[in-house]
Amino acid sequence: MKPLPGTNRGFFKELSHSRTLILMCLPAILFFIVFCYIPMPGAYIAFTDFKYNQGIFGSRFVGFENFRFLIISGKLWQLTRNTILYNVAFIVLGNILQIFVAILLNEVRLKWFKKIAQSVMFLPYFISAVLVGFLSFSILNYDYGFIPNLFKALGAEAPKFYSNPRVWPLIIVLVNLWQTTGYGSIVYFAAIMGIDPTIYEAAEIDGAHAIQRIWYIILPSLKNTVAVLILFSIGGILKGNFGLFYNVVGNGNPILQPTTDIIETFVYRALMNQFNFSSSAAAGLYQSVVGFAIVMTANWIVKRIEPEYALF
Amino acid sequence: MAVKKDKVSLGVTIFAFALMTAASVVCLLPFVMMVSASFSTENIIMTKGIGVFPRGFSLRAYEIIMSMPKYMIGAYVVTVALTVSGTLIGLFLIAMTGYSLARPDFRIRNKIAFFFYFTTLFSAGLAPSYIWMVRYLGLKNNYLAVLLPLLMTPWLIILMRNFMKSIPHEITESGKMDGAGDFRIFISLIFPMVKPGLATVGLFLALSYWNDWYNAMLYLPNLDYKPLQYHLYRIVNEAAALKNSLAGANVVLTASLPSTTLKMATAVLATGPIILLYPFIQRFFITGIVVGSVKG
Repeated sequence: MKPLPGTNRGFFKELSHSRTLILMCLPAILFFIVFCYIPMPGAYIAFTDFKYNQGIFGSRFVGFENFRFLIISGKLWQLTRNTILYNVAFIVLGNILQIFVAILLNEVRLKWFKKIAQSVMFLPYFISAVLVGFLSFSILNYDYGFIPNLFKALGAEAPKFYSNPRVWPLIIVLVNLWQTTGYGSIVYFAAIMGIDPTIYEAAEIDGAHAIQRIWYIILPSLKNTVAVLILFSIGGILKGNFGLFYNVVGNGNPILQPTTDIIETFVYRALMNQFNFSSSAAAGLYQSVVGFAIVMTANWIVKRIEPEYALF
Repeated sequence: MAVKKDKVSLGVTIFAFALMTAASVVCLLPFVMMVSASFSTENIIMTKGIGVFPRGFSLRAYEIIMSMPKYMIGAYVVTVALTVSGTLIGLFLIAMTGYSLARPDFRIRNKIAFFFYFTTLFSAGLAPSYIWMVRYLGLKNNYLAVLLPLLMTPWLIILMRNFMKSIPHEITESGKMDGAGDFRIFISLIFPMVKPGLATVGLFLALSYWNDWYNAMLYLPNLDYKPLQYHLYRIVNEAAALKNSLAGANVVLTASLPSTTLKMATAVLATGPIILLYPFIQRFFITGIVVGSVKG
């Protein structure tokens, strides 16, 4: 960007020059201070035996005791493994399916069909996690669920999904794909629409058919979009979608926990059901710190390879 | 693009048609089943399960809700009030911030943007935030606990800034030439020009208020009138909540309560407005996702 007149001012001169602009940002700055920055020192309770009535700094300091307990109980490993594996599945399958949908939508030449299909596939993004949970329950539950009753109607034994932890990774991944594929394909679809049409024309003159067009023009042109989106997702690989897991699985169904408990659901349960503030805070702090390290590393690597894709 | 179809391309087109039709059906089916189930007869559902079409036909679930509409209407009022006020306030603050951050002559704009962005990289975690909100700010069972945290997100601010960037800087300079201050320029010159951005960001905000159940679950456990999605959560997950919500209703509260169709009907009523508005608003979200994905 070209330097503008008067950009070599001192700091205080700068403050006074742009005081209106600063004032206009002030509500937002205060918002993030109050709701994001001030609670940060409170993560200290992860190192205490927190008692609500003694407050944050009145509670007894216990060092890494809370973390030690999470580690030796094996809970931290289970949570980390589940959270990361689910995210890997979401990222890999999600992006493949989104690209697939975007390409197929582009191949349908009827404009009205394209519009309607895109809108319908985007719809699940708009509903609350509560409804996603309830809809999946209506389809899966043994009593009146759609799928078990299909089995019953055929005279087969109906599956009892809610007491079988092994099927849940598949269910959660499918529900997540159901809700986010339409949404995610929008960016890819926009990238495809941005391809210079003269390239298609040239390919057509050379006699390329649809599959060659997809393979040699469309897929390579999506490389940048894929790289940026994957980088964004890798940064969040330790973050889970609380609403999805909490509502689709149900609050802490102990039978399903081995395969469905992620960091977010544990943090919530420890806090709101067991009132174990310290354990909740310890798991949360672990997630924040390690997650932060992962983003920084991913960003650092990308900066080395392709600086323009870096997040910051 | 007028393409003379070779066999392969024709095959791809047919394949695309078939698969996109199937995918659309899969996306729509759960909604259809929900609506069908809400109009079904409870007994038939409990023996044969829900279907694509209503099993039997009954309006009883809706009649029961209408006979004792207090909590449903209360939930609507709370949700509409939160959505409208939160969206208007949040939108104004986001627009003001987004405009400042888009001004090329605002030298600390990137530092401020990073100050916002950092909160997505590192957070205090749920427990410290919860203690702060409840013990120190005293927001338990106060609607502000839902209104305030959803006012803005770093992503919405960046999205708004991207919209603001599409307005030429010359507009601001022409305003300055006429002696207007920054705030004045924002209100009278920029605001009217950035309507698509306001619509997009406003709708994202409105959707997050309408669909919020999480903050309500954390902070509003004891209020009579809950936001709609949390009301739905309790009806769906807590048998007691279903009965309480109908306390005093002119129905016999026995085992004959059609609890499944009641849940379905509540879900339909809680989601209906979004689905009805959806055809008119979805294009703004598509614009937003595309504009928001452009790195600034």
